[in-house]
Amino acid sequence: MNVSVALMLELGAILAALSVLGALARRFALSPIPLYLLAGLALGEGGIAPVPAAGPFVETGAGIGVVLLLLVLGLEFTVPEFAVSLRRHLPSAVVDLVLNATPGAVAGWLLGLDGSGILALAGVTYISSSGIVARLLGDLRRLGNRETPAVLSVLVLEDFAMAGFLPLLSVVAAGGTWRQALLGVLLALGAVVAAFTVSYWWGHRLGRALLHLRPDPEQLLLRVLGVTLVVAALAEAVHVSAAVGAFLVGLSLTGEAAERARQVLSPLRDLFAAVFFLAIGLAISPRALLPVLPAALLLAAVTALTKVVTGWYAARREGAGPRGRLRAGTALIARGEFSIVMIGLVGVRQDRLGALVAAYVLLLAVAGPVITRFAGARPAPGAGAGRLGGPPPPPGPGDGERLRATP
Amino acid sequence: MDVNEVLLPGVGMRYEFANREGDRMCVVARRSGDFELMVYEGADPDEARVMCRLTGEEADTLAEILGAPRIAERFADLTKEVPGLGAGQVEVRAAGPFAGRPLGETRARTRTGASIVAVVRGEDVIPSPGPGELLRAGDVLVVIGTRDGISAVEQIIQG
Repeated sequence: MNVSVALMLELGAILAALSVLGALARRFALSPIPLYLLAGLALGEGGIAPVPAAGPFVETGAGIGVVLLLLVLGLEFTVPEFAVSLRRHLPSAVVDLVLNATPGAVAGWLLGLDGSGILALAGVTYISSSGIVARLLGDLRRLGNRETPAVLSVLVLEDFAMAGFLPLLSVVAAGGTWRQALLGVLLALGAVVAAFTVSYWWGHRLGRALLHLRPDPEQLLLRVLGVTLVVAALAEAVHVSAAVGAFLVGLSLTGEAAERARQVLSPLRDLFAAVFFLAIGLAISPRALLPVLPAALLLAAVTALTKVVTGWYAARREGAGPRGRLRAGTALIARGEFSIVMIGLVGVRQDRLGALVAAYVLLLAVAGPVITRFAGARPAPGAGAGRLGGPPPPPGPGDGERLRATP
Repeated sequence: MDVNEVLLPGVGMRYEFANREGDRMCVVARRSGDFELMVYEGADPDEARVMCRLTGEEADTLAEILGAPRIAERFADLTKEVPGLGAGQVEVRAAGPFAGRPLGETRARTRTGASIVAVVRGEDVIPSPGPGELLRAGDVLVVIGTRDGISAVEQIIQG
């Protein structure tokens, strides 16, 4: 066997560098995604340290990265969580969609992008990074706060909207006449409905087939990955994008099968997702970044504000106070993996869009966690301390019903 | 007691309740199997303060400690509900054949059909003892089974 020394060396150096960057980001409770993007920018053409030998691997790895990102997203879905979120937060989801997709669409139109570009940019500004936000809430120890279910519900409903949006985007991006596009959209929506039907009626059987003969983690990994890649390839062949195919596989699996699949796939997902972010950075020339920076800044500022309004509205529905509403709003600012996936879908060939979105995500993936860490934080000790021995705190508005409803 | 359950989509479940003194506390059970224990305090009831984070194993230990005094009581309730099933206590005596030997060697369940569900050792209670649990003189075994089964266990343990 012929081992390429250059490939191994470059790849090893890249992964080691990413791990250092990731550790640095985690130290400050930030997302590593912007650092991976920056690393890609630095390594690409015109960057400081080109990596010609690792290029083909990174390209292939990036494709697998998108597939794994969406497969695990699909596995995250549980019907009860979706139902509860929908029941309590449908209005929040509508506010979220209208307020946050519109600025992206308008910006795309002003920049003179084509239909798929406008649609992609709308998606980019709409979707908060559930990965970053969920992790952030845990790190900042806010899982017990009253606004937290509202934030998580908005995220779940966004992910659900992705189920319809991604196939639509991939079909529109594939181009062709409007007749082909319409057919493609119908096909894609049909596939999503089919995946949900399968999940609802036969999910347990699928799970049983997957867990047949009690597979060890290795067996399970091979099975899930094998099936997913085959489905992804078939989806790509009918122009519905491999990523969407993988998402559908994830949606079809529920219960214990999904739980175990998520466990074995997560490390692999983390590895290849890092490669994917790197590849996006590689595909964008650093020189293209500077001209789009003003537009990215403006778009980031506007959509950070619209997310704050969204979170404010959603948290108010849960009865949270003003500081809780601010916390919820700022928590939603972070954009990340799926905004990048969108430009992956329409193709980074649209260089201006790629650069704009990369700059946009760089800004908000860093700014989001920082802003929410300081916004609505607990007042300095002294103000609320000295609780022991003092009178109990007055119950908050909207506090009583749920706690005292049961006899 | 009223326990308020709140679903945290994608993260897990939150259980909240207030104790007699009016302190509101909650437990977040994460999908990953980890737990967080929190109390609400201060003027803002929106915010919880995290007291500690526990792995699944640590949470089990905590639950055992908190639940131990009630175990015997609960078994007593259980035996009232299931006719024909009884609970008994068997003391391990210093002169008996099993003092200082592992519980598994008694082969009590295989031989009698009755289960040893807890070992009471002084102030401590060891719930669901494993076969490797070393018995000591003075331990009291809590046995669940038929009347005959329990007396058979007594004969085995006390020789």
